[in-house]
Amino acid sequence: MAGLAAAFGSGAMTNTIADIEKADVILVAGSNTTENHPVLSAFVKRAVSFKGTKLIVADPRRIKLTTFADKWLRPNLGTDVAWINGLMHVIIKENLYDSKFIEERTENFEELKKTLEKYTPDYVESITGIPAGEIIEAARLYAGAEKGSILYCMGITQHTTGTDNVKSLANLAMLCGNLGIEGGGVNPLRGQNNVQGACDMGGLPNVYSGYQPVTDPEIRKKMETAWGVDGLPEKPGLVVTDMIPKAHSGDIKALYIIGENPLVSDPDLSHVETSFKHLDFLVVQDIFLTETAQMADVVLPSTCFAEKDGTFSNTERRVQRVRKAIDPPGEAWADWKIICEVSTRMGYEMNYESAEAIMEEIASVTPSYAGITYDRIEKEGIHWPCPTPDHPGTPVLHIGKFTRGLGHFHAIDYMPPAELADDEYPLYLTTGRLLYQYHTGTMTMKSDGLNEKAPKCYVEISPQDAKRFDLKDGSPVKVASRRGEITADVKVSEMAVDGTIFIPFHYAQAAANRLTNAKLDPIAKIPEYKVCAVKISKAA
Amino acid sequence: MAEENIITINGNELVFEPGETILEVARRNSIDIPTLCYLKGATPTGACRVCVVEVKEAKTLLTACTTPATTGMVVKTESKPVVEARKEIIELLLSSGNHNCAVRDSDNKDWTQFQLGVQEYDNSKELCPVWGDCRLQELAYRYQVTGKKFPGTKTKYPMETVNPMIVRDFSRCIHCGRCVQACNEIQVNNAISFGYRGADTKIVAAGDRPLVESDCVFCGECIQACPVGALVEKDARYKVRPWETQKVRTTCSYCGVGCQLELHVKDNQVVKVTGFDVPPNNGSLCVKGRFGYNFINHPDRLTKPLIKKNGEFKEASWDEALNLVASTLTTIKEKNSGDAIGVLTSARVTNEENYIANKFTRSVLKTNNIDHCARL
Ligand code: SF4
Ligand code: SF4
Ligand code: SF4
Repeated sequence: MAGLAAAFGSGAMTNTIADIEKADVILVAGSNTTENHPVLSAFVKRAVSFKGTKLIVADPRRIKLTTFADKWLRPNLGTDVAWINGLMHVIIKENLYDSKFIEERTENFEELKKTLEKYTPDYVESITGIPAGEIIEAARLYAGAEKGSILYCMGITQHTTGTDNVKSLANLAMLCGNLGIEGGGVNPLRGQNNVQGACDMGGLPNVYSGYQPVTDPEIRKKMETAWGVDGLPEKPGLVVTDMIPKAHSGDIKALYIIGENPLVSDPDLSHVETSFKHLDFLVVQDIFLTETAQMADVVLPSTCFAEKDGTFSNTERRVQRVRKAIDPPGEAWADWKIICEVSTRMGYEMNYESAEAIMEEIASVTPSYAGITYDRIEKEGIHWPCPTPDHPGTPVLHIGKFTRGLGHFHAIDYMPPAELADDEYPLYLTTGRLLYQYHTGTMTMKSDGLNEKAPKCYVEISPQDAKRFDLKDGSPVKVASRRGEITADVKVSEMAVDGTIFIPFHYAQAAANRLTNAKLDPIAKIPEYKVCAVKISKAA
Repeated sequence: MAEENIITINGNELVFEPGETILEVARRNSIDIPTLCYLKGATPTGACRVCVVEVKEAKTLLTACTTPATTGMVVKTESKPVVEARKEIIELLLSSGNHNCAVRDSDNKDWTQFQLGVQEYDNSKELCPVWGDCRLQELAYRYQVTGKKFPGTKTKYPMETVNPMIVRDFSRCIHCGRCVQACNEIQVNNAISFGYRGADTKIVAAGDRPLVESDCVFCGECIQACPVGALVEKDARYKVRPWETQKVRTTCSYCGVGCQLELHVKDNQVVKVTGFDVPPNNGSLCVKGRFGYNFINHPDRLTKPLIKKNGEFKEASWDEALNLVASTLTTIKEKNSGDAIGVLTSARVTNEENYIANKFTRSVLKTNNIDHCARL
């Protein structure tokens, strides 16, 4: 997000899901699309199978999508900047770039060019393990497209260099003039249903709804008037990955957690657990007594999506209705109602008749949502920005002009991952999601059918590595990192690349995040889930 | 130019786009030509022949789904030969396999015999699980035909109940091929295809194995495409009848694609989910969106506020819990500062709720310490 915002002025998906089928070439990087965004992956598969679209997949694992790919780049873990720079080096050297677009719509191209000089295919091969010839061919393929679309996900962002990775993809797309057109773009795929909406609505420490900065005195004034308060804090707050160490050190005394389960999803879990124990007060609002809720002082029962009205904003910025279908169990309340009640008891009355009334307030203080009403999205959702009641919404961003004016090229050098394999921890671990489970499993693990297909945690390892460590398919192993260890069964699979094991992170009993590294990307503050060093041995 | 692209259907002169089929022109103009095998978004095959129409000067009836409209073409969609052809097609389909909804209309003795056979095959005494939600049944009523004209034929393939989530009932399969197209052309999962030939035709996963041992990813696109009762959700089969449920349209709560779907509600329970045909998903869903609904009515749901006393949770009233939260947060805010409090809002809750959390944190707690777990 931070990477795209720096390059274009907006961190959201530039194009729509439907646009994918209009591309000539699709580059999928660090996204196991068929498992994490299955319905969206069908757009990719249809384009490739029936419309002659070419597909480039960059992923260390042999994910399903590689079977549809014209080109599969298999980079060493954490070397994304290097291969992307390699593609751009070739595109510049062979003069395949869009000089008119660069001239008219971007800045800082010369800097980028200088940095790229040393990323020759041979040099890139030495870092990434991708054969030089493949880099050249992939570069020609992407640059040859009239409309090239880039899709990426956690495999790109969950690194200490995540922001750099994203900026590099933005560079690549601008270099070939693939922005502001149908079928093009740089498209981050959001993992959870309303990540986009949580960001849009000010669920971030530095901005109010619609990305209006808390540091801007005029914006603060506007919000103070709208909300009828004064003294809104001007200093940006803490991100989640900073809150936890601050809880540990005692600077944060209380946490109020709504519908999240950081006790399975956070990196370096053991540390999170002790941090939570240091808190004076923990409130958790959720639909189940999750691992996190069990540590709380007060648990407040909330409603799930089927029991309330509201909206979600999907990964393509489309604001869509959520409708109440059934009554909530027992005394569960909608999350907004709970917060309003707490607020009122703290002396600031919040009182809304309905979710729709809240949306009216959102529209009145949020320029990008200003034209959105429940009536307008009754049949079909609308893509923000939608600034006025008669605005049709904006499916494609950055047409004619970037949100920030000129697109900014960032000259970026490759940096190795924070933790490298060594003699003691000779393997890399990468984590991810499975088709049949979701996040920490609190919802999906309640369905027998889904559990039957994905019953428990496993450790995926290549046949070569299995031989090296003398491990049999299905046998229990212990995996340890510098931070913790877990036990699970081995799954020997061609999907894994030599030297790297994969563990799905959904399962609390063998939480992969006991192993992962909490080291953060310095800008986006996303932990390095995708690379850490581990050792593996037979479990007794 | 306009004059060149005109087709006459049932006496109406209609403009068509080059490349449009008779069916497409008709549907665009609200002329109802029935179909069974035709699947939106897939290549028309003309396999079931239910959409046949009479075209002037053509020697035979033509399938509307595959025949391109041409200039000067004159089409009749419900003429006598058309209706007779459709009747025969429907009668043949009804007589093959276990179509034990009322449309079979056989005399008592024959019916008892037949129903006993169905019961043995399906292990249920009830009438067809999709009664009331079946395209073939609808056609039987529309054209007033029954299955008794032709002798019933038996199915040689046993029902496949070993799969999670999906039951395959080969006795009610009409080989229209919609599931095959849904799997290969819409979802492109390439898990199923036509196997064997002639009377032995069967829809098979590779190697004629059960779905659970195949490449099937249980998206359920094939169930939604099946016009009859051959593919049915395992949990809803025989338990959910269409007239007992209400459908409420909403947005999937799993991933960021935001598929539009309908929750089927019976007695305040979500009992089935189907995709809704609008963007972004155009009717498609994945396994989580379609089958991951059991958490909603799960007994483990929290139903009362809980307060921890001496390390144990005790149920509390809302008043008690809310007062405790409000007073403790107020104390911390006054003793330390708002910045000693952090709020984690959620990618799981609505925009409205995130907005309220944002407003509460900044204007009441007086801190900007608010974030969500999306970076995780
Ligand atoms: S599949 Fe349709 S036609 Fe066949 S028995 Fe069921 S409802 Fe009747
Ligand atoms: S459930 Fe999906 S993958 Fe499986 S056979 Fe049906 S359409 Fe194909
Ligand atoms: S149905 Fe599947 S692809 Fe669609 S939003 Fe839900 S989880 Fe995502």
